[in-house]
Amino acid sequence: MQPVLSLRGISKSFPGVKALQNVQLDLYPGQVTALVGENGAGKSTIVKVLTGIYQPDGGSIAVDGAVTSFASPDAAAKAGVTAIHQETVLFDEMTVAENIWLGHAPRGRFGLIDLAAQRAGAERLLSSIGARLDPDLKLKELGIASKHLVAIARALSIEARVVIMDEPTAALSHKEIHELYELVDTLKAQGKAILFISHKFDEIFRIADRYTVFRDGQFVGEGVMADVTESQLVQMMVGRAVDQIFPTRAHNIGAEVLKVAGYAHPTEFEDIGFTLHRGEILGFYGLVGAGRSEVMQALFGITKPSKGACRIDGKIAVLRSTHDAIEAGIVYVPEDRGKQGAVKGLPIYQNVTLPSLGRTSRAGFLKMADEFALTRSYTRRLDLRAASLDQDVGLLSGGNQQKVVIAKWLATKPRVVILDEPTKGIDIGSKAAVHEFMAELAAEGLAVIMVSSEIPEVLGMSDRVIIMREGRIVREVAGDQMTPEALVRAAAGIEEAA
Amino acid sequence: MTAQVRIVPDRLQTGFARFLRSWEALLIVVLVLIFLANSFASPYFLNVWNLSDATFNFTEKAMIAFAMAMLIIAGEIDLSVASIIALASTAMGIAMSAGFGTPVLVGVGLTVGLLCGAVNGFLVAGLKLPSIVVTIGTMSLFRGVSYIILGDEAFTGYPESFAFFGQGYVWWVVSFELVLFALLAVAFWALQHRSTFGRAVYAIGNNPTAALFSGIRVDRVRFILFLLTGLTSGIAAVCLTSRLGSTRPSIAAGMELEVVTMVVLGGVNILGGSGSIPGVVLAAFIMGMVTFGFGLLNVPGIVMSIFLGFLLIGVIAVPKLLRRK
Repeated sequence: MQPVLSLRGISKSFPGVKALQNVQLDLYPGQVTALVGENGAGKSTIVKVLTGIYQPDGGSIAVDGAVTSFASPDAAAKAGVTAIHQETVLFDEMTVAENIWLGHAPRGRFGLIDLAAQRAGAERLLSSIGARLDPDLKLKELGIASKHLVAIARALSIEARVVIMDEPTAALSHKEIHELYELVDTLKAQGKAILFISHKFDEIFRIADRYTVFRDGQFVGEGVMADVTESQLVQMMVGRAVDQIFPTRAHNIGAEVLKVAGYAHPTEFEDIGFTLHRGEILGFYGLVGAGRSEVMQALFGITKPSKGACRIDGKIAVLRSTHDAIEAGIVYVPEDRGKQGAVKGLPIYQNVTLPSLGRTSRAGFLKMADEFALTRSYTRRLDLRAASLDQDVGLLSGGNQQKVVIAKWLATKPRVVILDEPTKGIDIGSKAAVHEFMAELAAEGLAVIMVSSEIPEVLGMSDRVIIMREGRIVREVAGDQMTPEALVRAAAGIEEAA
Repeated sequence: MTAQVRIVPDRLQTGFARFLRSWEALLIVVLVLIFLANSFASPYFLNVWNLSDATFNFTEKAMIAFAMAMLIIAGEIDLSVASIIALASTAMGIAMSAGFGTPVLVGVGLTVGLLCGAVNGFLVAGLKLPSIVVTIGTMSLFRGVSYIILGDEAFTGYPESFAFFGQGYVWWVVSFELVLFALLAVAFWALQHRSTFGRAVYAIGNNPTAALFSGIRVDRVRFILFLLTGLTSGIAAVCLTSRLGSTRPSIAAGMELEVVTMVVLGGVNILGGSGSIPGVVLAAFIMGMVTFGFGLLNVPGIVMSIFLGFLLIGVIAVPKLLRRK
């Protein structure tokens, strides 16, 4: 079978980083190819090459065997390559139909957009993928899963032959993920070549036909899914065997640090109360939208609770701003790394010292030598991989950006560390490093809160787990009660068979 | 994870290598070229008194441009600065008519500037309104008040001692305005490039949400930045009023765009996040030298503004085109 799209010898460098070195990739019609690799392996870069955003420094791209080049995103789209991104790029203020047809809308008289044809076309495309959506709804009224459907309909509207899905399930619920799988099957049946990027192995084994592995910007191998096992894939990704066991911890739980009582918010959560101790890791489990992040952001002084009190070491802490929270010793590693965590455009050391500027300055004036010293001590401990400490954080891989954000908070010498989905979207190697690190923090006497939607992570890391549903704490489990069933039942609101 | 400890160096490039590739280096080249062209074009150019006079072309604008640069780096803008000058100058005129002396006049000018800045700052940082809309509004508002007070009239007859700020010389050819410009340049350089406040400004300009999540008091920084553009507009109002010796409601009309031009020519990203005070200083000299050189050649003002327009677009476009190859 001839591949629709074939890349050979593709290289791409950025200042200080060889993002891709001589990699290859083949995509076949009617087949799903999974692209796997750790963060920083070059997956995002190859997607940008495929969609004409980056021009490779060397190598060739062939469509149906004929060598071509994607000089612009438009050229890639004309060749039938389209991508559905991690954060889907669509327009909130436009309708579903407008989003699907933007840039290539059917034209009527005087070159104006033929609204009727646009609407009918949108309906046809949506129904071809089994989506029941009103084409006249504004996009902002839809959930993430529905937005994905719109993005896919848009891909079909330009008669895409190659569909790239970059972590499409990252923000989807269980049910929505299954609907996506069905959709992928539909696209396969229509003969589309699909490039599927995911960190979740169960997903890859469920829907992919073939795999390609990258490591550190290099091609490692490819093949048919049926011939490979999970551990073989992991081996190829990391170049070594990774034990996926969670770190063993000495559970030395000390005095109470944080006590939250009666926290409430008009729309997001109600009657939240819990305690947290030194040396403890407290897990927060729940479905997306259960209000976990909102509670944490209230503790971090971002959203303001309407009721309730928070005590640190028994003293009432007034948390009116993030500044207050940091002063009180509470820090928050947000889920949305790109938007809330790292300040892209600023160098690594300036990111790390941002909340600690009081300590690296005198009378308001910066002492840069101190800034570098502080940054060095924490980034070394976290094994940060970067060209230099004054490199733009935006140029680092996701896992290394996360390390910078964590270093930034540790440098403030906090008492309570809140991590919101700390390993979401990062590779297995970095994941293990983050887990080990959390265990270390707890061992040093810090109090840790971990919000996570991954059951193995919650169970493997936590001393206790609080389960939230629809803005309320529904259950707290510890010890033997910490089972996957207990978590799932409580989160979904299924009554305990007493 | 790897056994050996990875050593990440602090910096890859030395300061000088970094400078050679910087926007400021390009501006220095442009400035030298303009200086050479001017000295060949007119025999009157290389005269210290003429050159000293030429600095008045930019000193007042540049004082505001320093504060404006910081504001734009933070991702905001203040288009009301020229109107603040009008209002501050009018207030000084009223105080002068009431018989107050020079120290009070200066105090009134600076206070009105600060108050106008506080109004802008409250609307943007307190009420979370977009700064471009707010300051287009206050641009009409502040100058409108001036027009209501003055109509077709003008305030004249400022005291003799007041003339020093716009017409006085500190030493030989060095005017008071030039000294003030230099002092403000150093102060704003220190504030933007060496202080924790300046660091917060960069962080906000690159990612206001992440800055907030890092404990930066974003709204307080924004408010202070508007106070600074207000205050520097007040300082410029004192200098300009003193230099002209009169106040009309049309004073400094259109200056806001020249200030923004200076800032952008100085390499500040109009979308925020990057830029430097030395760049703005160089841009001030470039704009001043162009205006002066054309003036010596009797080139009409409209041609000057066309040339400045080309210069602005050219200096920004050329590096982009070269990089694309």
